[in-house]
Amino acid sequence: MNEADRLIEEHIPRLRRYARSLVWERGRADDLVQDTLERAWGRFHMWRRGSDLRAWLFAIMHNIHANNVRADCAAPAQQPLDEDELNIPVRATQEDGLQVRDMQAALDCLPVEQREVLLLVGLEEMRYEEVAKVLSVPVGTVMSRLSRGREHLRQIMAGKTIPALRVVK
Amino acid sequence: MNDTIKTLNESDLQAYIDGQLDPLRHAQVEAWLAVHPDDAERASAYRQQNAALHALFDPVLSEAVPQRLARPEPRSWLTLPQLRYAAVAAWLSIGGALGWFMHGAQEGRAPASMAFAHQAALAHVVYTPEVRHPVEVGADQEAHLTAWLSKRLGSPLKVPHLGTGYELVGGRLLPGSDGPAAQFMYQDTHGQRLTLYVRTDKAENQETAFRYAREENVGVFYWIDGPFGYALSGDVEKPELLRVAQVVYQQLNP
Repeated sequence: MNEADRLIEEHIPRLRRYARSLVWERGRADDLVQDTLERAWGRFHMWRRGSDLRAWLFAIMHNIHANNVRADCAAPAQQPLDEDELNIPVRATQEDGLQVRDMQAALDCLPVEQREVLLLVGLEEMRYEEVAKVLSVPVGTVMSRLSRGREHLRQIMAGKTIPALRVVK
Repeated sequence: MNDTIKTLNESDLQAYIDGQLDPLRHAQVEAWLAVHPDDAERASAYRQQNAALHALFDPVLSEAVPQRLARPEPRSWLTLPQLRYAAVAAWLSIGGALGWFMHGAQEGRAPASMAFAHQAALAHVVYTPEVRHPVEVGADQEAHLTAWLSKRLGSPLKVPHLGTGYELVGGRLLPGSDGPAAQFMYQDTHGQRLTLYVRTDKAENQETAFRYAREENVGVFYWIDGPFGYALSGDVEKPELLRVAQVVYQQLNP
């Protein structure tokens, strides 16, 4: 096994976890991982040694996923909805403790940009600067997506309909 | 610097949740939350979100990584750890003949088509006893299965339906002797399993008659048809296997 294989391989479980949180279905999630790995292997020479390999790999996955989402426009169920259109009544489930199951449904209601930030921060525990690098957006954008995404999710999971969201600076 | 803050900056609240504040700022936000129950409630909800995300997705970390995510073009398929293990198990069950044979195949002495039948038999005995993970992609995702394996083998594949009691279980990607190969698994109501092993056959782009080989209990009918080589394996009587092989052939050549 060469060095590229070994270095990249260490990240496969995390890439799979992130992929699964972006696309639920296992086969499709692993398709995304596979596409990511193939591109990473093919472009490993472009990775700057000493820089953050995880951020580089996640950025590749982000780009592929973003393209897939665009290509999936024909399948509206997969599309992130415009926030203003979200008015989804959800049953009150405060008694469910961690509300793990509801989390899955609630995540689906988030626009993909907010979901990505929430997952990279909450699940991958990346620093905000790292998330900004992965998504190629300024840190300020990461922060506003994060706070909107979290509040959004809180409202959904609290069983409220989604009000027109206030803009959080 | 003051020990108290006059307003809670939204970014600070987020960074507080994520442990990305310096200690002073962290303490300041903490002090704020102690006397602002609404914000404290939000902070607690956000923390629970993180915990729920981990609860939901962390199990993926401990899943076995599917073989198709291994580096393509493996140097030698027996160097992959899972397969080495599987191969040892298979050798034990098939017996020494196969060990001798694999040696021969690697030395390049055995005829290619026989090597193919043996690989199919090996894959059959490795995967058919699997209870929990007999296939990588199940029959419920047949369209995905077909598309994925077609992509990996580089030619459009058809998944035959055997009818006559054998239902498709699903399929998986395997390393063949010179590139990716596919295995489809079928099962009848008694749990009897047949596998169809498919590889691309660039060198011998032709058509051959059915040939038959037998390894211990496993019979294999194999043939080449256009871009693919096929091998149908099963622990069943030869006439029954031939009958199914003919069904497969007819399905692929309507």
